[in-house]
Amino acid sequence: MSSLFSNYDPGDFFDEMFSATGEVRAHYRLLLERAAGMPMEDFARKRQIAEKSYLNQGITFTVYNDKQEGTERIFPFDLIPRIIPREEWEHIERGLKQRLNALNAFLHDIYHDQRIVKEGIIPGEIIRSAKHFRPEFMGFDIPKNIYIHVCGTDLIRDRDGRYLVLEDNARCPSGVSYVLESRMTMKRVFPQLFARYGVRPVDRYAQDLLDVLQHIAPAGAAGDPTVVVLTPGIHNSAYFEHSFLARAMGIEIVTGADLVVQSDRVFMKTTKGLKPVHVIYRRIDDDFLDPKVFRADSLLGVPGLVEAYRKGTVSLANAIGTGVADDKVVYCYVPAMIKFYLGEEAILPNVETYLSAVESDRKYILENLANLVVKSANESGGYGMLMGPKASREEIETFRRMIEADPRNFVAQPVISLSRSPAWCGEKMEGRHIDLRPFVLCGEDVRIIPGGLTRVAMRKGSLVVNSSQGGGSKDTWVLDGGEGTC
Amino acid sequence: MLSRVGDSTFWIGRYIERAENNSRLLDVNGQMLLDLENRNEETERQFWLPILSTLEDTELFRQLHPEFTAAAVLDYVTFEARNPNSIQSCISFARENARAVRDQISSEMWEKINGLYLYFRDGSAAREFRASSHDFYDKVTYESQLIQGVTDATMTHGEAWRFIRAGKFMERADCTSRILDLKYHILLPSGEQVGGNVDISQWMYVLRSCSAMEAYLKIRRGDVTPWGVAEFLICHDEFPRTIRFCVDRLDETLHQISGTDEGHFSNEPERMSGLLRSQLDYATIDGIFRQGLHEYLDGVQARLIELDVAFHRTYCAY
Repeated sequence: MSSLFSNYDPGDFFDEMFSATGEVRAHYRLLLERAAGMPMEDFARKRQIAEKSYLNQGITFTVYNDKQEGTERIFPFDLIPRIIPREEWEHIERGLKQRLNALNAFLHDIYHDQRIVKEGIIPGEIIRSAKHFRPEFMGFDIPKNIYIHVCGTDLIRDRDGRYLVLEDNARCPSGVSYVLESRMTMKRVFPQLFARYGVRPVDRYAQDLLDVLQHIAPAGAAGDPTVVVLTPGIHNSAYFEHSFLARAMGIEIVTGADLVVQSDRVFMKTTKGLKPVHVIYRRIDDDFLDPKVFRADSLLGVPGLVEAYRKGTVSLANAIGTGVADDKVVYCYVPAMIKFYLGEEAILPNVETYLSAVESDRKYILENLANLVVKSANESGGYGMLMGPKASREEIETFRRMIEADPRNFVAQPVISLSRSPAWCGEKMEGRHIDLRPFVLCGEDVRIIPGGLTRVAMRKGSLVVNSSQGGGSKDTWVLDGGEGTC
Repeated sequence: MLSRVGDSTFWIGRYIERAENNSRLLDVNGQMLLDLENRNEETERQFWLPILSTLEDTELFRQLHPEFTAAAVLDYVTFEARNPNSIQSCISFARENARAVRDQISSEMWEKINGLYLYFRDGSAAREFRASSHDFYDKVTYESQLIQGVTDATMTHGEAWRFIRAGKFMERADCTSRILDLKYHILLPSGEQVGGNVDISQWMYVLRSCSAMEAYLKIRRGDVTPWGVAEFLICHDEFPRTIRFCVDRLDETLHQISGTDEGHFSNEPERMSGLLRSQLDYATIDGIFRQGLHEYLDGVQARLIELDVAFHRTYCAY
């Protein structure tokens, strides 16, 4: 055993690197060997190189409620990669494709005939009351009938190592820039290891995304459509990513103020006058897109954009109204959707979920609050959540009142003991809980870059991996061969 | 190119150039201080006042510092966050603009600009300043020049690059005119004569502030005179920091941006730069001194401000 891992304790969890009996798993063997020959100082130096490269490149996210000018932080990055063997990834990939196809079929159905409601699979009330359902778009046909072009589906592994879907992010999922940047950093830090492992590359993501965006261009602009990334601006926490993707695709990044709508067409203001825009990869939520239609106080959006979209002169990715598909109540019905639309069983199961809208479930939830994770249906980023076993009595009572007042808006899940991976924690390697967010693209076909963003809950014992809550990330290696033998 | 991108790139060019000129000015002034005879608090104060007048920053300074000391001036022009023209502010603004247009500039440029920003943010700048202000200003000057070099070597010489260049030369023309004007604000000690030893040594510092000492000596063969220095820094057509050189490049760049032939104009900023350019091309030092050097330089600065306004109205805020 090496010095880095010599006192490592996998604990009573599913550990990605070591089996329950403390044996290294086959696909991690090479890594362990490499670590065995590495003096602590070398590892420290590698960490410094990685950190410095993040800081120099400005790979930061913005933290709010910070009085100092220093509102940018680097995303904590852990050098020990998360490794996924080939067959395991193929299983995940099949599951994700199936899921995305079902979600897109569901969105089309919901905004047209609502067969799934008529046939009693999902109660109509759940759709109507979903916060991000947009009845204004009923009967509206969108370009190429694709609703979700970019989906970030969060996966976790339970105690037996089974992959489960925790949630879908069907609006503006972020994090892919960290996947691409951390890969570049890792290549710089561990060049030999890469060569020996046969890690599948991820760098075609930007080209794939551009293909998707060009694919949905309005018919009039088929030849050479102008595609842009729409960002809320440099103060947005994900601005680095918006700018990164624009650069990687070689397209303009615009803010709402750069765009104008004239005669139901969208233009950008350039130094040579107004130039037409055909496809917008928007990283702004529906609510802020167009002050004429949605929130009137939005300064981020473009007045008239939605009407131009309706007229078909401009396409949006993702489409308006996809939020109904990542509502946490609707989530419970995804396996049923897969069955209904595709006639298949879900390859990647959901986490067992109780709906407080259903009376028997609600009774169970209220009786077991201290043992459950409660989530509100439309929050993300780790907000609006109750971790029962760690909550104080008052927090539990607050949630009890909230659930009783608005049962539609809450779901509960048993506490899943997420899998752990070794991570460097200041002085030694310790097990930390992780999840995985692959990025699924849907254009002419469905494409997924191998791997995705592995997030780490850097705080000891924590199950919350969000960057706003102290989470970090790891590079995710999907292997080309079986176990990375040399 | 987006108008907003045009605006940001223009300001990257301006702020980097301004940071460089301010550091060179402060460095040279600090060295000049070493030559000062009868050095005491009062004479030192007299010594730093012209810097503030040159940068037109006197008013805000007085609000922030009731006491006028050399250290206060240095801190105000170098680090003060509330002074939008301090070196640190210039670098923060340049970096913020660069962040807004990262997709348009090269990664090398971004890393250099961000690196200089981090040098200020993490306290290294203040530390090095305390250890040796000369080394510190030298570093800032050098880093700014490095950013300009990396810009030319790694960025496509397209529209965005031309906007950076327009900002750079507009700022540099303005800075050189201000540095030259500095001499107007420096009082000669009583008993000293115009053209005397102290006067000449002050003019040499003006040259040094523009990195122009060596070039001047080579071209004028050692003869430092007030009108010689003024003529060189205003009218020379090949040294890259003279007002004429900068306005020539600015006019050339503006014409490249619009695609109009030089000597013609298709919009207001081009007309104004062409006019200023031909005035400088045909200026004589006798004429300038007859009008008064300070008044002449004031006029140049006013033209540059009008040009800046017209430029933004044409390309960015139409």
